[in-house]
Amino acid sequence: MNAPTTPPPVRTEFDVVGTTPIRQDGFEKVTGAARFGDDIHLPGMLHGKMLRSPHPHARIVSIDTSKAEALKGVRTVITGADMPTLSATVVAAGEGGEVNMQDIADNCIARDKVFYDGHVVAAVAADNPHIAEAACALIEVEYELLTPVLNVHDAVADGAPVLHEDYTPGAFLFPTQKALPNAGRLFMEHGDVDATFEQCDFVVEREFTTKAVHQGYIEPHVTTAVWTSEDTLTIHTSTQGAFAIRDFMASFMNMSLSKIKVVPLEIGGGFGGKDVVYIDSLAAVMAKRTGRPVKIFMSRSEVLRGTGPSPETYIKVKLGCNKEGQLLAADLYLLFEAGAYPGGPIAPGTMCALTRYNIPNVRLDGYDVFLNKPKMKPYRAPGATQANFAAESALVDLAEAAGIDPIDMRLTNALKPGDMMPMGFPCPPLGSIEMLNAIKNHPHYKAPLEGENRGRGVSYAFWFGAGLGSSAEIRCNSDGTINLTTGSADLSGTRTTLGMQAAEELGVDFALISTNVGDTDSVGYTFQSVGSRTTFATGIAVISACNKLIAEMKKRDGMEWVVEAADVDYAKGVFTLKSDPSKTQAFAEVCAKADHTGGPIIADASEFPEGVGFQIAANIVDVEVDVETGKVEILRFSALQDVGKAVHPDFVEGQMQGGSVQGIGWALNEEYFYDDKGTLRNPTLLDYRMPTSLDVPNIDCTILETPNPGHPYGIRGVGEVPIVPPPAAIRDAIKNAIGVSLTDLPMKPGNVLKAIWEQKGKA
Amino acid sequence: MSKTHVTTTVNGDEVEFLVEPRQSLLEVLRDELQLTGTKEGCNDGNCGACSVVFDGTLVASCCVLGVEAEGKEVETIEGMASPEGLHPLQQAFLEETGMQCGICTPGFLISSKELLKAKPNPSEEEIRFWLANNLCRCTGYDKIVKAVQKAAAVMEEA
Repeated sequence: MNAPTTPPPVRTEFDVVGTTPIRQDGFEKVTGAARFGDDIHLPGMLHGKMLRSPHPHARIVSIDTSKAEALKGVRTVITGADMPTLSATVVAAGEGGEVNMQDIADNCIARDKVFYDGHVVAAVAADNPHIAEAACALIEVEYELLTPVLNVHDAVADGAPVLHEDYTPGAFLFPTQKALPNAGRLFMEHGDVDATFEQCDFVVEREFTTKAVHQGYIEPHVTTAVWTSEDTLTIHTSTQGAFAIRDFMASFMNMSLSKIKVVPLEIGGGFGGKDVVYIDSLAAVMAKRTGRPVKIFMSRSEVLRGTGPSPETYIKVKLGCNKEGQLLAADLYLLFEAGAYPGGPIAPGTMCALTRYNIPNVRLDGYDVFLNKPKMKPYRAPGATQANFAAESALVDLAEAAGIDPIDMRLTNALKPGDMMPMGFPCPPLGSIEMLNAIKNHPHYKAPLEGENRGRGVSYAFWFGAGLGSSAEIRCNSDGTINLTTGSADLSGTRTTLGMQAAEELGVDFALISTNVGDTDSVGYTFQSVGSRTTFATGIAVISACNKLIAEMKKRDGMEWVVEAADVDYAKGVFTLKSDPSKTQAFAEVCAKADHTGGPIIADASEFPEGVGFQIAANIVDVEVDVETGKVEILRFSALQDVGKAVHPDFVEGQMQGGSVQGIGWALNEEYFYDDKGTLRNPTLLDYRMPTSLDVPNIDCTILETPNPGHPYGIRGVGEVPIVPPPAAIRDAIKNAIGVSLTDLPMKPGNVLKAIWEQKGKA
Repeated sequence: MSKTHVTTTVNGDEVEFLVEPRQSLLEVLRDELQLTGTKEGCNDGNCGACSVVFDGTLVASCCVLGVEAEGKEVETIEGMASPEGLHPLQQAFLEETGMQCGICTPGFLISSKELLKAKPNPSEEEIRFWLANNLCRCTGYDKIVKAVQKAAAVMEEA
């Protein structure tokens, strides 16, 4: 992560940005016409299904596919041995370190060992999905069972069964170092932590645990592979990043990037879980073997067993302050599940646990722990929700010990613009003080809360967000309308927020612009829609392309007026000759004359912005606890977030509300249940229970706008941080309601009741 | 596996298809009739993405067999708009941003349509109770609830 450079001034007056037009892809989505990943039917298409391991840790002794192959309608059966040899196994991943592509390939289909319940061991392509499923049941696999490692403490203990003889340490945002047989480590320390704790007036030490939760997108993973010639492959899929899928596939299939085309279909949710290959390579190999297109659609239980989750964690926090409430020292020890292979979200979790506060003496000791569960995936501000739950909860308990209001303690210690950040550069403009004061001044915070077993809680959260590379191409049509293509998958309405930025920059009506998501053959390389980066980073590429387009159009005007482009002004859809302002041409006129001024008018741009500006959010929540059952009901919920500049305020609210409800689910009831044999016991949406409309109240939204100088309009990333504060806020509310301090997520009735009994005794 | 001939009505049109006994109505709609607006999210009746109206009853089409459609009337998302324009619910979901990724949207619209038939002027609690059949992971439900309230008001006026 680089220090931001000095940017140009941020625009403050807008015509389009800040309005709420209806999204252009909306009509298709309310009529059922939108084509999602599973809505493609190609002639001659076969259907693939996978056989998955029932064992969490085992060596594959043999696989007999003969009975499956003999079943009528089965066209091919593959195992890990049928997959191509990778072109490169360990590849550089920017400043994040190195990524072991072989790990990701092996996660798609096991070669020698299976590492979790649900690990794919074979795949079948057949005339229909029922035959493929029946064939999977006929495959005979002999396993040599190995002792599974099922929790982080066992995994890091001396003598634990070792998952990988050797490994490439995980690298997500920041690299980890090889440390233990089953864990990579991220260690950072500044100041004298141990000595400072001795001098603190108040110190709290707490242990927290959180459970694995799934991203829970309603559309399961799906892909369709078709070979358009012997050596060219097209993948139709639903993904957060078509180019990322192309990168993985080129490595896994040992092919040139130019020979693979990834066509993104509408994506039914991702939240960090749909930016990597799981099934595309299996479909591609089976399509090659059969000479026919192959579609694979995961069942919901496959989604829950084999993809996704955000890790279970153990976090020990020690925090110390003086009498004035100034934080002096912090010591965090974090064990995050990586799952079957290195590379879980330990680094961002560790790095942003305390970033929102200035603490002079800090030790961060994080472990990326390998064990026999699925390979953990990012989930909306990866790692931050777990870390925030632990750190905010400890801070609230410290404030209580010191007799200081927790919001005042946050104000005393808040990271402000200009304060040195742990990454080694001063904090850019950030509305931290404004946010904390906004909580205090919020009507919800000021409203009285009466009634037995009711309490109010608050939490405050920080997340980095990402910049990374994006491309955009803009084309004028002869009638003055505009087509805009970017490489960013649209998860939630970003075609609209990008088109709005184009309309703003071009000074034209938003209705003139049609935005689409390009395939990998039709637009420049673009990173995945991750890190809250699409409206921010791809927006910068769009604005850049618009400025190139205006420059080109000024040149066209100049030709007609026989002047240089520099002699032409442009504002709000009208070109004006500087020397004679009576001479003007409308945007559409210049478009109409393109054939006479040099041909079609187009422009493209690629950008790799650094100034992400960071995201902060806060929650105020009221709960009522049923002390007989332990059930927590949310009475009122307010979300606050600083978004820099809200491009489409309704969409921003939607992100805040959606993230809050995911955070509420994480806080109160979502969790993966593994039994002691390592089998996932709740792989359905009945038993993996996500919040319904009846479980949550309206989420009231307060949007703050502290411009981010890293974007011409001041935009910050929006999508991720809303999920971060809810668990800590709800924990604080429960504590204020019944005087019981919870330390374990989810705060389901059983856990709440247990804490009541432990801390207050049975009634 | 031998197939059964089924004649049914989908969105007012009589259709015929051949179906294996093990195929669900959802599979028939999507794969045999190419009506892909009805979505599969879980295939066990827990997410509501495949909601359709089956002889006047709101059902999860993944939990109905294709052969059961013989002689029945099925309403799907593809039949919700008319040549005159969008259904007020569809319009309200657009105006109130009652969607993000859109995969659950057809199910919510079908479910909401049946709600407003049963209760033309539902309270927020009644809307939340009824729509608890349908999972949405993107929106947090608030804007969906507001869209249904808006559509109810529009339909009341009409």
